[in-house]
Amino acid sequence: MPHVTYIEHNGTEHRIELEEGLSVMRGAVDNGVPGIDADCGGECACATCHVYVEEPWLAKTGTPDEQEASMLSFAATAQPNSRLSCQITMSAALDGLVVRLPEAQH
Amino acid sequence: MNAPVSHNPDSDAWTTPLDQLDPSHPARFQNHTMWPYFARLRRDAPVHYSTTSPLFGPYWSVTRYKDIMTVEVNHKVFSSDSGYGGITIRDRPKDLRLPMFIAMDPPRHDEQRKVVQPIVAPGNLAKLEGIIRARVCRILDGLPRGETFNWVEHVSIELTVQMLATLFDFPFEDRRKLSFWSDCATAVPEAGGFIDSEEKREAVFAECLAYFTNLWNERVNAEPRPDLVSMLAHGEATRNMTPREFLGNLILLIVGGNDTTRNSISGGLLFLHQNPGEHAKLRANPGLIESMVPEIIRYQTPLAHMRRTAVADFELGGQRIRAGDKVVMWYISGNRDEEAIEEPERFIIDRKRPRQHLSFGFGVHRCVGNRLAEMQLKILWEEILRRFPAIEVVGEPKRVFSSFVHGITELPVRIPA
Ligand code: HEM
Ligand code: FES
Repeated sequence: MPHVTYIEHNGTEHRIELEEGLSVMRGAVDNGVPGIDADCGGECACATCHVYVEEPWLAKTGTPDEQEASMLSFAATAQPNSRLSCQITMSAALDGLVVRLPEAQH
Repeated sequence: MNAPVSHNPDSDAWTTPLDQLDPSHPARFQNHTMWPYFARLRRDAPVHYSTTSPLFGPYWSVTRYKDIMTVEVNHKVFSSDSGYGGITIRDRPKDLRLPMFIAMDPPRHDEQRKVVQPIVAPGNLAKLEGIIRARVCRILDGLPRGETFNWVEHVSIELTVQMLATLFDFPFEDRRKLSFWSDCATAVPEAGGFIDSEEKREAVFAECLAYFTNLWNERVNAEPRPDLVSMLAHGEATRNMTPREFLGNLILLIVGGNDTTRNSISGGLLFLHQNPGEHAKLRANPGLIESMVPEIIRYQTPLAHMRRTAVADFELGGQRIRAGDKVVMWYISGNRDEEAIEEPERFIIDRKRPRQHLSFGFGVHRCVGNRLAEMQLKILWEEILRRFPAIEVVGEPKRVFSSFVHGITELPVRIPA
């Protein structure tokens, strides 16, 4: 199974196997990775599943659509490599993906 | 008949013909008999058109969690724009509508929201935490012992108003003006209170604008600071607002942060009183405050609804909503939807996913202050547990006459001496 590495804001790493087709948000929430709240359950409607995508993966994870960009633009901790992890779907091409978590989700 | 206050709501709710059902009457929220009407709608007509409201005209009720989410995320079809009537079930007279970013659609909404968003940036929240804790301690330490007092007045209002004064960097000694303006903004004229006409409301608004214009003038020429007035005065998208737009955004920030948090503070005390088992769990494990706070906010649902206006035809739950129709998302009902939330009728302080509720809305308008509100409640409960082994609720709550603000005006309590 492909895997994702989540790096908490304090540096703690979590290597999680994630079935293709599931979102990167699910991988964190279902495996108890702290730092992803996902209040809306994956509807791209709360921006509390915010992550930073590490440089080498940016192109492969794609770009946010309009709704995601709007939601992200309200996150105080947003950066150019910010994504909402509920909008990134796991695939073989993303095996090894590394995402970092922001200081806080709101 | 569709009597606003039925003597027997439990049977009335289930027997009134659907085409005569109107869940919106403020009197039902005041006497807390609206619950079975929403249960009926969720079961029999989850997307329901009402034409019998004497106060609000025809409108759609969306009562299930999932359908509400569908409306929330589709701002292109479901507009918040004040030009169509804005965000509450009541259509205010056109010339009295206030422009404010909660009642705007993207892109203008996004630009203005971004100006104030930094108020809840992690660094600012951390700074506010210390201030809030000091104030909570002072308020709690000053409470009377061994006598009955109104929790709403002494704690809920006082604490939220102090918080607001901090966010605006508003003169502390004048802080009660903020709750007065907030109450005037949300008052329902039919309730027969101080605001019994739109003229009176406008007069109060003029006073509020004049006061804040002084603060604006003082800050626009000074260095930017992290308070809401300074942010608006310096923000790219807000520094050239008309006075009316400034007023609108002020009222938004005052009401947004005031009534809602106030009623969560009052509600929390009441729920723990009504659920002694949960109270015992909390006393045994104060760590549960973390998950109790969002549960309080779900259970209270301080804003019973938000309204949108359809700008295109849309099919929802098998019903055809037409362009121009008023659409009311009843958060208070979605938060009791058993298809989305397990045992929704119960107050349970250790739910697994306590933040899965509609009280803050979702989508581009999702509450700016949601984590700030949670932080206030969290600190309050930490300090209550530290001080008081018991706070007794000694009478029935009195509630607000409104189907928008779901609130409590009086909650008599006693702290044993
Ligand atoms: C428990 C407390 C609170 C509740 C239940 C609450 C609820 C809500 C709701 C339902 C919305 C509209 C969401 C939608 O239309 O989808 C909203 C928006 C908003 N709230 Fe809150 N709120 C609370 C506390 C606060 C606080 C403390 C502030 C202070 C900063 C605040 C400021 C705002 C603002 C500025 C908006 C407009 C956001 C936008 O349109 O983009 N709220 N709130
Ligand atoms: S989970 Fe809410 S936006 Fe991703």
